[in-house]
Amino acid sequence: MRIDQTRVRVLLAALAALALTLGVAACGSDDSTTSGSTEGGGGGAIQSNPDNGKVSLTIGSKNFPEQEILGEIYAQALTAAGYKVKSALNLGSETVALKAVKGGQISGYPEYASTALTSFFGLEPEEVPADATEAWEKANEEFEKENLQAFEPTPFASANAVGTTKETADKYGLKTVSDLEGVSEKLSLFGSPECRQRIDCLAGLEKLYGLKFKSFTPVDIGLRYTVLEKGQADLSILFTTDPQLSAESDKFVILEDDKEVFPAGNVIFVTTKQVAEEAGPDFEETILQVQEGLDLKVVQELDARVELEKETPKQAAQAYLESAGYVG
Amino acid sequence: MNAHPLVASFSGAVEFIFTPQESNVTGGKEVGGFDKTMELLVGHIEVTVLALAIALLIGLPLGLYLGHKGRGELVAVGIGNAGRAIPELAVIALVATLVGIGMRNVAPALALLGIAPILNNAYVGVRQVDPAAVDAARGMGMSELSIIRKVELPLAVPTVMGGIRGAAIVIVATATIAPLAGVESLGDFILNRNVYGENGLLAGAMLVALLALTIEGSLALLQRRLTSDGLKVKTA
Amino acid sequence: MTSPIVLAAAGEVGGDFFKERTSGTLPCQANESHLFCFDWAKENIDRYGTPAQQHLEIVLLSVLIGFVVAFALALLAHRTRWLQPPLLATTGVLYTIPSIAFFFLLLPLTGFGRDTAVIVLSAYTLQIIYRNTMLGLDNVPDSVKDAARGMGLTNRQILWKVELPLATPEIIAGLRVATASTIAITTLVVLISAGGLGTEMYGSNFNFPTAILIAVAIIALMVLAFDLLLLTAQRLLTPWRKVKPR
Repeated sequence: MRIDQTRVRVLLAALAALALTLGVAACGSDDSTTSGSTEGGGGGAIQSNPDNGKVSLTIGSKNFPEQEILGEIYAQALTAAGYKVKSALNLGSETVALKAVKGGQISGYPEYASTALTSFFGLEPEEVPADATEAWEKANEEFEKENLQAFEPTPFASANAVGTTKETADKYGLKTVSDLEGVSEKLSLFGSPECRQRIDCLAGLEKLYGLKFKSFTPVDIGLRYTVLEKGQADLSILFTTDPQLSAESDKFVILEDDKEVFPAGNVIFVTTKQVAEEAGPDFEETILQVQEGLDLKVVQELDARVELEKETPKQAAQAYLESAGYVG
Repeated sequence: MNAHPLVASFSGAVEFIFTPQESNVTGGKEVGGFDKTMELLVGHIEVTVLALAIALLIGLPLGLYLGHKGRGELVAVGIGNAGRAIPELAVIALVATLVGIGMRNVAPALALLGIAPILNNAYVGVRQVDPAAVDAARGMGMSELSIIRKVELPLAVPTVMGGIRGAAIVIVATATIAPLAGVESLGDFILNRNVYGENGLLAGAMLVALLALTIEGSLALLQRRLTSDGLKVKTA
Repeated sequence: MTSPIVLAAAGEVGGDFFKERTSGTLPCQANESHLFCFDWAKENIDRYGTPAQQHLEIVLLSVLIGFVVAFALALLAHRTRWLQPPLLATTGVLYTIPSIAFFFLLLPLTGFGRDTAVIVLSAYTLQIIYRNTMLGLDNVPDSVKDAARGMGLTNRQILWKVELPLATPEIIAGLRVATASTIAITTLVVLISAGGLGTEMYGSNFNFPTAILIAVAIIALMVLAFDLLLLTAQRLLTPWRKVKPR
């Protein structure tokens, strides 16, 4: 009967759809690598040590693209060094990540020294040392009290920043955050949902700069440039390592943090003393080795690949490791 | 002190709702407490009611009309089925990026999610009405509109209300991730574990669950009141 | 102080690692008002493999567990009438609690990850499967049961050889609804680190419609595939009926 024929065809189409779905699923997880040249191997390739194969590590990261890239870099580097590595990226914010380290769910994760000092150890933003080594040592002092350990810092540092469009900056003559005095009441500020109460975000702007804004609207971090571009936000909380700042420098500017409310933080890898011991010397060495190449320019490029070209952090990390010669 | 960690977690959450707590990242300012909870609860209810109203305005008349006419089955049922399969996260992300943020944009997006069950159930509810009753009414000279209002709708109440309840549930649920698109709702406690801590996280989850159950319970009561006694025997 | 501190001159990365980017030359995916970037889609479709697989696994596990539990409960309630209201109420509560809230309510007990996801998603399916199974069983005409009894069948045989086969269409209808809903809600498990297609809608993809739409398309495909699979199963299990898609 005609009805049955149609049904059969529909059924076949459905089975084809299912097959397609399973096909995509089975298509494998390996992302295509962007080929980078392997010149400039200043750090030298990572050597695989068979002893490390006995150690299982779980590398975590906070839930922000830059963090995930770092997590992937470390994870892939440690794999190259012979460890059995799992990744648990996208953990959440810093208190969540720290809890995971202490609780043993992850072996370690990359943290900003400034965040550690203000969030975990209660320092005021002004008290965060400007020098990266000092900041690391201070953080380490506190970490040691809890049987944790932080490895030496990366070359690059990142900080929150108040950003706006070029038009708005020109219109009100804004160069520094202090220039917002008297003007901020007319302007709307957009930031991440937790920004409102953070001392290194809106709370700090209100308390330490004495600024009051017309409104604060929480939006997902991924929208921080969208809201500026669409004219929904006058001001938006950005990051100094954002790729949009160089790629679209004719559109967006950040205001200088003259009162130093947004401390810059280099990244330090946080782990427990026990894990570091059990994992052997290659653990720390590999991490320090692979992060030598992470200066501001490189990190901005990595961020650009993920945030602008929409590569996965895994792909970006792989490209970095190969291009710098750490991984063959 | 509480012996069981589970009890401790939940009692900590209850405490969070009523008294402000300390937080690591705020530089000394306290978070949580009754005022904040109320603020977010009101925000959550606001966007839910607004979205539900829009969904009702669009889905209910359309569904009733199509059911009455006996037309558009594919549309009504198809939308009903499709609507069930729309991922909430995608809706929030797409509306935030392509349309805009804030109550003005998020409420209609949530309404979209609610239209499906309302439209579907209104259609099915009316279709299931005994044609003999409709014929009798028509024979008595009632206008088409009167037939819908006085014959079909009362008989379709259980199904129609079922659709409205379903819409309310999905809207309340999606409103939980509305903070990602600039709407302050109870989801704030859940999404900002850093600021509000474990207690805030659990408190947020509890409050959302309670809100959903309250709305569902109220609508169930409303359904019972609207269902004529003759139907009550049959309703499951 | 906000200027970044450079510790060691690196410059170890190869020169062509860096790409030239200016406002005028940004690719499609950097422009957020763009609805769909076909080139990006073509090049990056592979990366949906793992998320889709994780998604499928979670859905299958959840629907399977949900079905087994709901089915057992329905059989129990079918015989023990007084159990029906409390079971209906309990499954109803589990359905009403928004999944997001439920995930985090279980956090103290089961933590992040797939286990919590599966527990919550299974609980969510209970109501619809339980209710439909009950409906299917209740709709079996008494005359048919009487006839069977008259032929000498035991109660057990009547259940498995008469009632359940006749209730199959209702049961499968419930399964179809449950599966479709579960596939959609599973996108949220990204929030409890359980993977799934939600990972391509969150994070750096939140403002990138192309990636989100591809994920939605895959979800739609899954829903369609399962729906028709279940319809096929219904046809095979009830060869005496003309199947009417609901």
